[in-house]
Amino acid sequence: MLCDDCRERDATVTLTHALKGEVSVTHLCQRCAAERGLETTAGTPFKNMIADYLPAVQQQAAIAQAEALQCAFCSMTLKDFRESGRLGCARCYTTFEQSLRALLRRVHGNARHVGRAYESPPPDLLLESTALGELRARLSRAVAQEEFEVAARIRDQIRDLE
Amino acid sequence: MFDPSLLPDGGLTWLDASGDLSDIVLSTRIRLARNIEGYAFAGRAREGERLRIWAQVRDAIPLVPALSGGVMLRVDELAGDDRELLHERHLISRELAGLERSAGVRAGAAVCLGDGVGVMINEEDHLRLQAVRSGFALDPAMSAIGRLDDELGRRVPYSFHREFGYLTACPTNTGTGMRASVLIHLPGLVLTKEISKVLAGLQQMGLTYRGLYGEGSEVLGSFFQISNQTTLGRSEEELIDHLAKVVRHVIQREQEARRVLWRDAGYIIEDKLFRAYGTLRYARSLPFEEAMNLLSGVRLAVGMQRVTGLSVYTLNKLLIFSQPAHLAWREGHELTEAEADIARARFVRQALADEVGPAL
Repeated sequence: MLCDDCRERDATVTLTHALKGEVSVTHLCQRCAAERGLETTAGTPFKNMIADYLPAVQQQAAIAQAEALQCAFCSMTLKDFRESGRLGCARCYTTFEQSLRALLRRVHGNARHVGRAYESPPPDLLLESTALGELRARLSRAVAQEEFEVAARIRDQIRDLE
Repeated sequence: MFDPSLLPDGGLTWLDASGDLSDIVLSTRIRLARNIEGYAFAGRAREGERLRIWAQVRDAIPLVPALSGGVMLRVDELAGDDRELLHERHLISRELAGLERSAGVRAGAAVCLGDGVGVMINEEDHLRLQAVRSGFALDPAMSAIGRLDDELGRRVPYSFHREFGYLTACPTNTGTGMRASVLIHLPGLVLTKEISKVLAGLQQMGLTYRGLYGEGSEVLGSFFQISNQTTLGRSEEELIDHLAKVVRHVIQREQEARRVLWRDAGYIIEDKLFRAYGTLRYARSLPFEEAMNLLSGVRLAVGMQRVTGLSVYTLNKLLIFSQPAHLAWREGHELTEAEADIARARFVRQALADEVGPAL
């Protein structure tokens, strides 16, 4: 914005004037402001202002960015979580890791688990239960189609597994 | 109608008053929240996903010895009063039973009930493992649930994070996913008005309390559930030890309050308790809340050996069987509130007469 007085330089000072209930706003460059006898803190402090302002802007942007974060697995956003108080899936813990770490610390006084450790089971153990599920499905199909010999065979296989 | 007597032990072993200090501590309960890899949590999962979760657990259960002889119930296929019955028996949560006002029963909601242990499926978390014991029995409950957790975790892959531990839908359960609670009867502290100090103390020590039916339920008949508040940053053993220590202290305070009451106001208390006993033996209509409060008084009288010949087990049974869904089940049909009050009074009179002889 150009200075209201000289119309040449950029306005860096905003002068708000209230008189008999009417408010007028004037934008001045530093020199014109000085010519009007106004003391300004612009110049070096201006730099400070930027120094103060930028992190605040960045923080705002970070918050906005965090709010917009969306879990790739269940498409939950931080906003959804705030509203419901429930996370959508295990992946949410990675997606919102930073916010959650702070929250967990507030809730529990600590954010590091020290209890039981868990190792995922080896695939063959998992396969066994999957196989059992498939056999059950085949058993009910065989019964439905009245193939009782097949059904009996499958029932034996299920017994072996169990 | 579904028949609860088909459950292993009827789901009622925890009532038998066989555990330590069972005149003051009704039961000890530990639950672990677990989720299965590869699905959204139950609240966010689609119906098909929840049915797959149910099927995966159903197929794994025969390979879990801790649940052998267990009964699997599809909660979503049960009628409303049957779901309420299971909830009154403390076998499933309000949320799983679909009794919350905000939401009905979820497709895929199920429960597997074994002897003193159980697994709820598609609750807020995919799995809620629980172990219940009579009386003050944190260690036995812990070893039962630890075994179930180990065996089931070998058959279905749990969601676990190196830093955060077991991952749960609500961050208040993250970490161990464990809530250990003790259902305790504190009429002495209520009558001496010491209770508010004790409850405030609990909160300062990282514990919390609830009413008879857990989260959101009101305190009835001086029954409180005391449990750990936090689940992360301390191991299961530390959380249990801490809870045990505090509960032992609360029990001492309760016993002390009872001594003081008896010493300073013996006849007033005795009169109050015998009036409660008299009402239970003779009343022709008993509203639920009144029955709870009267049973609480008689329980205190039995604990202080003023009433003899009446067992804590019978009082525990009355507590469960005088609830609305249990009365309707016994009568074989739905009851209006007035009918239920009459049925309750009749049932209580009969149960007491069976134990101590007919009333005059």
